[in-house]
Amino acid sequence: MADHPQKVAPRPLSPFLTVYRWPITMATSIVHRMTGVALAGGTLLIAWWLTAVSSGPETFNFFTSTITTPLGQIVLFGFVWSLAYHFVNGIRHLAWDFGYGFAVPTANKTGIVVFALSLLLAAGAFALAYLGKGGYYQ
Amino acid sequence: MSLETPQHKVEGLGSAHSGVDHFKHQRVTAIALIPLTVWFAVSVLGLVGAKEVSVLIFLSNPLNAVLLGTFILISLYHMALGIQEVIVDYVPHEGVKLALVFCDYVFAFLVAALCAVALLRITI
Repeated sequence: MADHPQKVAPRPLSPFLTVYRWPITMATSIVHRMTGVALAGGTLLIAWWLTAVSSGPETFNFFTSTITTPLGQIVLFGFVWSLAYHFVNGIRHLAWDFGYGFAVPTANKTGIVVFALSLLLAAGAFALAYLGKGGYYQ
Repeated sequence: MSLETPQHKVEGLGSAHSGVDHFKHQRVTAIALIPLTVWFAVSVLGLVGAKEVSVLIFLSNPLNAVLLGTFILISLYHMALGIQEVIVDYVPHEGVKLALVFCDYVFAFLVAALCAVALLRITI
């Protein structure tokens, strides 16, 4: 037996993330988590806004002038889209919790809807703001 | 009503040692946040480009102040639960895990206090 050692085939490796193609449901799941973490940072944005409002016009003007820079707008769009995505996909998760929409074709379809709708909501909010349709409470 | 069995409570099993309460609270806060988030989005869009005084007038309405406070507090609790879930999923070391979950809740309380003080300064 030792004279003719059998050539050992490479051991099968446990499949890791990188070997799977990305089904839409996998993408929606990880993006839900990522947007959730991003929104945790977003709470600081709200706290900053509220603190700025409470501290007087100068602090508030610093807040608005920072958030309206190109970089500020990118961060703000990331926050708004994260909120929209987490909101829409969160409703999808709640539907699953009640037992609806679990069939794979359904989950695939609602996954696409979540991406499309969240982008539409975020872009729509920005479009309204840039077109001067926001600011109706002043 | 707790869905935990007495045995489970005693043993403190599960990666977060908190049993099914975590799951339940995550869902209940999620449902509460659906109308609150819609209100928040409509309000913030209404305050786009507003001067400080417009925001102050908006928040001097007690209904708006209470809704904003509720939205922030429930969001932060929902956040603490969610980040805790991420931590216990990815951090295998017991001590580090415990420390990070501790920091997670400290962060939530700090931001809550920051917002509460700001809201009180505005409304009182």
